[in-house]
Amino acid sequence: MAKKTEKKLAAWDIVQIARHAERPNITDYIRLLCDDFVELHGDRLFGDDRGLIGGFATIGGRRVVLIGHRKGRGVDENIEANFGMASPEGYRKAMRLMRLAEKYGLPVVSFVDTPGAYPGSEAEARGQAEAIAHNLEFMATLKTPIVVVVTGEGGSGGALGIAVGDRILMLQNAVYSVISPEGCASILWRDGSKAPQAADALKITAESLKGLGIIDAIVPEPAGGAHADPAATAAAVKKAVLACLEALCAVPLKSLVAQRYDKFCAMGCR
Amino acid sequence: MSWFEKPAEAPARVPTDAIWAVCPSCKAYVAKEAWRAADKVCPRCNHHERLNCRERVALLTDAGSFKELNAEVSFNDPLSFSDSSGAYADKAKATVAKTGEGESILTGTATVEKIAVVLGVMDFKFLGGSLGSGTGERIRLAAEKAIALKRPLIIVSASGGARMHEGIVSLMQMAKTCAAIARVKEAGLPYLSILTDPTTGGVSASYAMVGDLNIAEPKALIGFAGRRVIEQTIKQKLPDDFQTAEYTLAHGFVDHIVPRKELKAFLANVLRYAGY
Ligand SMILES: [Zn+2]
Repeated sequence: MAKKTEKKLAAWDIVQIARHAERPNITDYIRLLCDDFVELHGDRLFGDDRGLIGGFATIGGRRVVLIGHRKGRGVDENIEANFGMASPEGYRKAMRLMRLAEKYGLPVVSFVDTPGAYPGSEAEARGQAEAIAHNLEFMATLKTPIVVVVTGEGGSGGALGIAVGDRILMLQNAVYSVISPEGCASILWRDGSKAPQAADALKITAESLKGLGIIDAIVPEPAGGAHADPAATAAAVKKAVLACLEALCAVPLKSLVAQRYDKFCAMGCR
Repeated sequence: MSWFEKPAEAPARVPTDAIWAVCPSCKAYVAKEAWRAADKVCPRCNHHERLNCRERVALLTDAGSFKELNAEVSFNDPLSFSDSSGAYADKAKATVAKTGEGESILTGTATVEKIAVVLGVMDFKFLGGSLGSGTGERIRLAAEKAIALKRPLIIVSASGGARMHEGIVSLMQMAKTCAAIARVKEAGLPYLSILTDPTTGGVSASYAMVGDLNIAEPKALIGFAGRRVIEQTIKQKLPDDFQTAEYTLAHGFVDHIVPRKELKAFLANVLRYAGY
C-alpha cells in the first residue's frame, strides 16, 4: 500500500512509472491472478493480433472472458506485441470474444495498457477507425458485465476500444489520456519538451480522473510502483476486480446496460 | 469551353475577395457567384471546399424546414485547460463569437425531400470540428430525439478528431456518442453517416464510421491516424491517395461517394429504401 507520507508525484513522474519497462504486463497478471487461462486466437477475418490478447480465464473461482493489450518484456517480445499497439484485428478479436462472453453468460474483464492504436498504413487500410468505433457501439449494449482495469498506459482511442464498461478501475500510477503528453505538447505548446506541462494540464492521473468522474476506483500500488512488487499489485487488482464482479453480477442485465448508458452519458455534462 | 477550364492564372489585377473565390486545390479563380451556385465545388477540378454547418443544412434540407435543437448546449471546460497560448475557455468563447455557433455540431429537425429527419452537421470552423463534451451532448440529445420522434438520424462529420483541451472528457464522447447511436439502431431507425473533409481521429473512430451507410464526399480526407504520424511510424512516404474517400471506399469502409450536388437526392432515395 502507498504510504501517506510519500511525496506527491507530478503527473509526468507518474507517466514514467506507467511506462516502466518492468511494470507488470498482461502476461504477468494472467500468471499472478488467474487460476486458469485458455487463450483464444484470431479475429476470424484476417489474423491474430499479438498486441491484444484474450481468452477464458478463472479469477478467484469466477469464470470470465479476459481481454487486454499486451506489452512485451524485452525487444523480441515487444516487437511481436507491437509494443502493445493493437491493430484492427486485435479490436475485432476482442469483439468476437466479448460476443462469446455474452453468449456463455460470462462477465468481461478488460486490461488496458497501450500507448495507442497502431498508427500504420496497414492498420488504416484494414479500418482501424471502424474497428474501434464498432467496439464502442457494441460494448455499449453488451448484455454482460464489463470491468475495465487501466493497468499502465490508457492511450486514447486505442485504449477506449476495449474500455467501455460498467466499472472502470485504474491503478494508482496508471495514466489515461486523449493524447500522449508529448503529442499534446508538440501540438499545443509547439514544443515536445513541454510534455511535463501537458501531462499536468491534461489531468491524466488516476486521482484526477477519479475527481472528474471518469473512473470508479483507484487500485493502490506498492511503494515505488507496481514493478516493485508485482505479486502484491496483482493481489490488489484481483481483489478490486472480484468486488466489482460480485456487485455487477447481481444486477439484472437490462438495468446493467441502462446504467452503463447513463454512466457514459453523464461524462462531460455540467 | 468555359473560361474557367483554361489553365489557372491570376487576372491582371489582383482580384478582390468580393468578386473572386480561389480554389484552394487548383488555385483557379472562380467568380464568387458561380462558386456559390456550385455549392463551393470547383468547376475546374471538382474540389469540394468545406461548408460551414448552416451552408450544409441549406444544401441538404427543404427550405425553411430546419429547426435547431439544444442550442443552449455549448462548450464545457472540464479541465480548466490552459496551454502556452492561453486558456481554452477564452479560445472557445472567441470561437462562439466568431462563428455564431455554440459547438462544433449543429443539430436539429428538418425534412429532406419531405422526409422528416433529425440532423447533425459538424462545422470545421468551430475549433477544427473537434469533438468536445458539448458536441457529444448535442449528438446524444439528437439521437434520443430521433428515437422519440421515430425519425432517421443523419450526421454529417467534418472533424480533426477529439478536442485535446477537454482531455479524457473529450475521449469519452466517442463512447457516449456510439452508445447513443447504438440505441437509434436498436430502435430500428436508420442512421446515415456522411463523411466530409476531413473526418479523422476520434470522430472517424466513433459515430462517423458506424452508419448503416457511410457516405463520403469526393476526395474527403478520412482516416484514423495522421499522415505524418504514420510516415514517422513506418518510415516511408505514403501515396497521395492514402486516406482519401476513394481509398476508404476501395478498402470497404464507405458505401458510396456522392458529389455534393447529388447528396440531398441520394439521402432521400436511401431513406425511401428504408421505408420512409
Ligand atoms: Zn479547383
